[in-house]
Amino acid sequence: MTTTIDRDALKFSDAKLIIGLEVHVQLKTESKLFCGCSTRFGSDPNTQTCPVCTGMPGTLPVLNEKALALSIKTGLALNCEIARYTKWDRKNYFYPDLPKGYQISQFDKPVCGEGFVDVKIPKSDEPARKIRLERAHLEEDAGKSVHDESGKGGVSKIDLNRTGTPLLEIVTKPDLRSAEEAKAFLTELKLILGYVDVSDCNMQEGSLRCDANVNLHFESGDETVATPIVEIKNLNSFRAAERAITHEAQRQFKQFRKTGETIHDAPKQTRGWDDGAQRTTPQREKEESADYRYFPDPDLIAVVISDQQIEAAKNSLGDLPAALRESLQSGYGLNDYDSDVIVSAGRETVDYFRAVADGSAKDGKPNKKLGKLASNWVGQEVMRYLNENSSTIEDYPVSAVKLADLLSRINAGEVDQTRAKEVLAEMLSSGCEVQAAFDKLGIVKVDSGDLEALCQQLIDENPAVIEEIKGGKVKAVGSLIGKARKINPNVNPGVLRESILKIIGI
Amino acid sequence: MSVLDTSIDQLAQQVSAGEVTASQCVEESLSQIQTQNESLNALISVCKEEAHAEAAAIDAKIAAGESVGSLAGVPIAIKDGICTRGQRTTAGSKMLENFVAPYDATIVQKLRDAGAICIGKANLDEFAMGSSTENSYFGVTKNPWSDECVAGGSSGGSAAAVASGIAPASIGSDTGGSIRQPASFCGITGIKPTYGRVSRYGLIAFASSLDQIGPMARSAKDCAVLMNVLSGHDTKDSTSARNEVPDFAADCDQDIKGLRIGICKQHFEEGLSPEVKASVEEAIGTLKSLGAETVEIDLPHNSHSVATYYVVAPCEASSNLSRFDGVRYTSRESADDLIGMYSKTRKTNFGDEVLRRILLGTYSLSSGYDHELYEKASQVRRLIKNDYDAAFEKVDLIVGPTVPTTAFKIGQHSQDPLAMYLADIYTASANLAGVPGISLPCGISSDGMPIGLQLQANMFCESTLLKAAHQFQTQTDWHLKRPQS
Repeated sequence: MTTTIDRDALKFSDAKLIIGLEVHVQLKTESKLFCGCSTRFGSDPNTQTCPVCTGMPGTLPVLNEKALALSIKTGLALNCEIARYTKWDRKNYFYPDLPKGYQISQFDKPVCGEGFVDVKIPKSDEPARKIRLERAHLEEDAGKSVHDESGKGGVSKIDLNRTGTPLLEIVTKPDLRSAEEAKAFLTELKLILGYVDVSDCNMQEGSLRCDANVNLHFESGDETVATPIVEIKNLNSFRAAERAITHEAQRQFKQFRKTGETIHDAPKQTRGWDDGAQRTTPQREKEESADYRYFPDPDLIAVVISDQQIEAAKNSLGDLPAALRESLQSGYGLNDYDSDVIVSAGRETVDYFRAVADGSAKDGKPNKKLGKLASNWVGQEVMRYLNENSSTIEDYPVSAVKLADLLSRINAGEVDQTRAKEVLAEMLSSGCEVQAAFDKLGIVKVDSGDLEALCQQLIDENPAVIEEIKGGKVKAVGSLIGKARKINPNVNPGVLRESILKIIGI
Repeated sequence: MSVLDTSIDQLAQQVSAGEVTASQCVEESLSQIQTQNESLNALISVCKEEAHAEAAAIDAKIAAGESVGSLAGVPIAIKDGICTRGQRTTAGSKMLENFVAPYDATIVQKLRDAGAICIGKANLDEFAMGSSTENSYFGVTKNPWSDECVAGGSSGGSAAAVASGIAPASIGSDTGGSIRQPASFCGITGIKPTYGRVSRYGLIAFASSLDQIGPMARSAKDCAVLMNVLSGHDTKDSTSARNEVPDFAADCDQDIKGLRIGICKQHFEEGLSPEVKASVEEAIGTLKSLGAETVEIDLPHNSHSVATYYVVAPCEASSNLSRFDGVRYTSRESADDLIGMYSKTRKTNFGDEVLRRILLGTYSLSSGYDHELYEKASQVRRLIKNDYDAAFEKVDLIVGPTVPTTAFKIGQHSQDPLAMYLADIYTASANLAGVPGISLPCGISSDGMPIGLQLQANMFCESTLLKAAHQFQTQTDWHLKRPQS
């Protein structure tokens, strides 16, 4: 194909990166998609199998309704159109870990149709973008082949524990434009799936797997030239996905400069991501130009999804991350970043945050001042503790009521933030109430007579500093505050500062 | 006279009452097997020890005064494409020569619960693909009426077992006529129930959307008694129907006055043997004398049923048989790579007819051909069903021959698959539409071979089939005729 594009003059920045993702999510069901076997991870090989999932002659699949319900729920959370009629198809191919010689999947009537996810790249000024979803369909997982990699030609082993585990394959449109954006999409997707509690999304255990389809577009006038599409497999972390896409984009750019090969010259290729070498490498094809010979599975009946089922799934969704971020921003005055910190920590953290912020307000309602205060305390103090102790908010020793009590006292000027941290530390170590921690630390409100006497003492003892302040260097008052807190740790620095300045007439 | 030479419900009653023991029934059946099976080859495996043990258990129950089921002590031969726990289940294939099923098919469990005793596993065409049982890896089953003739297929072993008196009843499966055609050839009664009436769980699949298990016995009443046990929804089979199950045996006693029976001209066209035609016409006369009225009907797409069947069935079969890949079940052929191992193992362990149908099906589903073949066949299938729907607006039953001829000679069609496929011409459409059909004896040809009459009814109207067949059998004695042994 002839092109007017001058390849030698191309810069990498001329390339428009086109990315589509296919994400396999293992649904959180007790049992497999078409039989009663457990889906637990990590059991001894072939201990979670039965005649149905091992494909014994004569056995038949029976749909796990829970898996369908979770698929509907996921679809709704991802703004997908939910099919009213969905059916099962056989995808035929031979492989030793596929015991029936076909996979039960969905071909032309997936349970979830088009949808979208709003994706914002963290710490960027770009607004969120709508990433469209093509579809999401339910299918059974294959087993696991364990090959001898010593090169000594040992036997390959098959573990069928995973066979028949329900997977929802979520396919995006080629809407992602950078590796960062792909990672942000995956992060947001995982967050949503966690919020609606449909999957553990544990990449180590394979309950979330990702393949990326990548190519480049070059534009010249009216003409767009595309490089051959490459599907990258084995992306076992979000970081790997980001790096693999970055690497692949650069590889395709170099390749295009060298050969000029376009999408019309080569079929889709499959490459694997080598995390150690940090590069993609060609993979041998599973079956040359695979023809899966899809046809409707005659062992299963088509499913008609009712309004009631969809309504029930809707009602079980709860608030989703995007809506919660918005509500934390508008109701509590949080910025993008702070609201994302709280929401990304999960639904329980959001609930905790709201209880703290609302509980610290006199009227028990959201307000921006206390929202910001609560965000600082929850986002920093609480989360630091959880990280350091590998703990979760449910196990955090200080209840939202107690933390709200502390914050309301900060707000009332009874204690400053520095001492309040000591109070929190005391509460964490002893499990006591706020007042008990105050008593133990000797925090009492300093009355105005004592405060005035203390100020006078400081003025008298530090004439040089006072001169400095009077000379215009008001900042110097800070050294007096330090001295004051040594004499009486309960003084509020702000109040003290104002008093000193007032006494010396500034 | 054999203790087994009575109706099934009577036999079970005698066993329950202690007049005959289950062990006697088993002994009688085993002795028939001893004298006849070597020449007939009706059974691939004989379940001697298990049968003795099961009979002893039933007899002990009766001695202890406990209640036993409606089939107590009745020996039954089960087609070897149906899984029986702990027993070899071969599907007539070298591929499963040593396969011991780890579970009972739902219907086997139901039969056992009712007190029936599996006496042996009946021969069949490999994976039920065939119309003569000549495609069995374990050798052809001979027709008890003539050792030169086939018993029909694919449930040829099941039909021969009943016709020869090895067992009073057997279980077959019917994908395009595989119960009705051998029943016709062997002079017994066999019913293919409505698709979904009987659970398929445990039936080694040939073509899942067409396969249906059904009983084969010496009379319609016996079939009805078995249908009472076999029918009903199974949570393990999503395609099994939730429809209520009538008392088929009781319904047999209703008369057929005013029953509208449809005569379809397509069933009496070219290719039908004159002797078969004459017997069927005589049978229609008998039904009329019982009060039935005849109505002419048209099934315009009937002529496409064999062509449609031979696209749909191989497509499903090609996928169903993929699991037999050498990774499990059989000895694995060695090769340089995985694909080589698959090819060699499958070529070595599947017979020619199975390979032919896998190729047909794989081709018909392949990208570029699927629209022309699988999808088009599915559309024609719908038209065939529409024909039935229209016909059953006007009639309660459709009556005609089961097969155009009587049993053909062993080897007669073995070099001509297409001629063999035409044996399904009157039966395959019922599977495509899902409607039930029964074959019952209605004559004997001049060379002494049985002739079968087929009745078909609307979905879930097996009662109509069985009562018409039973009422016919109250007026005729074709079903009482036995081969000269």
